[in-house]
Amino acid sequence: MTVLALEGADGDWHLHLNGDWSLAAMAQIEAQLETLPGTLQGTLACDWSRAERPGIGPAWALLVRLSGFTAQPLEIRHVGDPPHFLEFLEKLHAERHAARAGAEPEPSLERSVGKLGRWVVLQGTEARAVIGFFGRIVRVYDGVFSRPHALRPSSLARHIYETGITAIPIVSLIAFLISVIVAYLGAQQLSRFGANIFVVDLVTISVLREMGVLLTAIIVAGRSGSAFAAEIGVMQLNEETDALRAMGMNPIELLVVPRVLALVISLPLLTVIADAMGLAGGGLLSLVNLHIPLPQFLHRLRESLSPTTFWSGLIKAPIFAILIGMVGTYRGMQVRDSSRELGRLTTVAVVQSIFLVILADALFAVLFVQIDF
Amino acid sequence: MAEPVSTPVIRVSGLVSRFGTQVVHDGLDMEVRPNEIFGIVGGSGTGKSVLLHAILGLREPDGGSIELYGKDVQQLAAADRSALVRSYGVTFQNGALISSLTVAQNIQLPLREYYPVSEQTLDELAELNLALVGLPPDAGPKYPSQLSGGMIKRAALARALSLEPKLLLLDEPTAGLDPISAAAFDELLLYLHSQLRLTVVMITHDLDTLFRTCSRVGVIVDGRMISDTLDGLLQNQTPWIREYFHGPRARAAEKDTHG
Repeated sequence: MTVLALEGADGDWHLHLNGDWSLAAMAQIEAQLETLPGTLQGTLACDWSRAERPGIGPAWALLVRLSGFTAQPLEIRHVGDPPHFLEFLEKLHAERHAARAGAEPEPSLERSVGKLGRWVVLQGTEARAVIGFFGRIVRVYDGVFSRPHALRPSSLARHIYETGITAIPIVSLIAFLISVIVAYLGAQQLSRFGANIFVVDLVTISVLREMGVLLTAIIVAGRSGSAFAAEIGVMQLNEETDALRAMGMNPIELLVVPRVLALVISLPLLTVIADAMGLAGGGLLSLVNLHIPLPQFLHRLRESLSPTTFWSGLIKAPIFAILIGMVGTYRGMQVRDSSRELGRLTTVAVVQSIFLVILADALFAVLFVQIDF
Repeated sequence: MAEPVSTPVIRVSGLVSRFGTQVVHDGLDMEVRPNEIFGIVGGSGTGKSVLLHAILGLREPDGGSIELYGKDVQQLAAADRSALVRSYGVTFQNGALISSLTVAQNIQLPLREYYPVSEQTLDELAELNLALVGLPPDAGPKYPSQLSGGMIKRAALARALSLEPKLLLLDEPTAGLDPISAAAFDELLLYLHSQLRLTVVMITHDLDTLFRTCSRVGVIVDGRMISDTLDGLLQNQTPWIREYFHGPRARAAEKDTHG
């Protein structure tokens, strides 16, 4: 259906608007507006008498198109009971047209150089902010331990509960299952050499040295790292941290230190639980699948352990806790202005803390081999 | 084209809203006629926003019925209901602009969803709606977090207008604005109301807005609504209404308008 018909010749034009001119017909209208010629001279009468349910949007599109005619002078009139808002739109359009004439787009080269420059500056300030944040935490720690009151025992207890106790079920389950998987797959390989009993060594060493602590840290980074960032981020958005500062309190001392400290306490404890559950999983699979009775499993376990095996895993836990806690709280403190930032920075907190945990784990692995720990 | 005067745009009859044991609305009646600006006032916690949510279909009423353009909302099929929802524009208290989209994209969001139009036309329509609410063209590419409070209210109004509604529902449009911005918003609303022939329902605490713009006002008292013209309400002897319209702030607002 044609919603638009241009008639007439040489300086006396009639534009008939037919049929549905509501917003619902916008696609049709815009397509047919495109078919109008680029130049017109003389007078143009827009006849609205056969336009049904004229909408504001289509009328605006028509006005924009009509103003695009080159080779003026063209005198435009609206006849046939134009919609009541047309005059209003024409006035708006005239204002906008005048405003837009002055605007000039920025050249693309300058824009991309500007973008690069902004990015570099942003990275610089970011790096400085991270160092500043760590510095402030260290300063607060220095003060906190000389004033036991500043340790905020109730807050600390709540965070230990939330990051530690409530994480016990999921940490136990995952440690158990992963060690069952390792033992099962290990047994497949080792049974070919008739070395089933070495499954015990495999499980013990991998769980105690690496998997117990690493899995726990990754789970805690996902649970608590994101929670830290989100909690502190929401407080930032509500200006709660500003309120604390305005009352002379230090948000780092109140919000950051208890969380990081709570993680430093709870992550090693969770690691011990994960180790125990991992060994239990290995023992169960050995019993069921490899028919190694429990006493024999325990005997072999004791033999395969060196004095440092357990500690070489556990010693990493506080370091991981500091990494997770600091990344989570730092990203939370970075939230500004909008809830979009909150979501983005929470994700960043989890991804970065997992990355840093694994990086630190790799460094520990090299270190322990070098010093034969 | 215009609805007959007898059919109200909104008719709420016997609305009951409950939260647990707490009864917010207890047989509330409300009627909004075509082409009027209807103000809803009431103390904090009297369920003004709850009423708005019930009208919008965001909350199922616990009793009573809600008719829009003479159609009972609860009797409608889901598809008719969503078509009905499209025929009115809403702004929420804090703007409720989608924070991950720019202002222009916010305006284009419902257009893009319902009409298959080109990007260029979408840009033109965004420009139109920005012009309608008096925002400068450079507000279009900005994100909501970069806008001031007054601009957010205007941008929210621009989004509400994008589907060319005949009915506008505004939840505290001038709350949190400085008096100059609030007064400018009042004038904008009056202007749009006369130019686009809109019916407006507005929740407001702002007495100046109430006296400047509203043709009729509904006061929620004890879970029911008392609707009247402002002059009528000024004569009303119900204690809360007396206090509301004859308090020190109300007298100042009234003097500004009438005197």
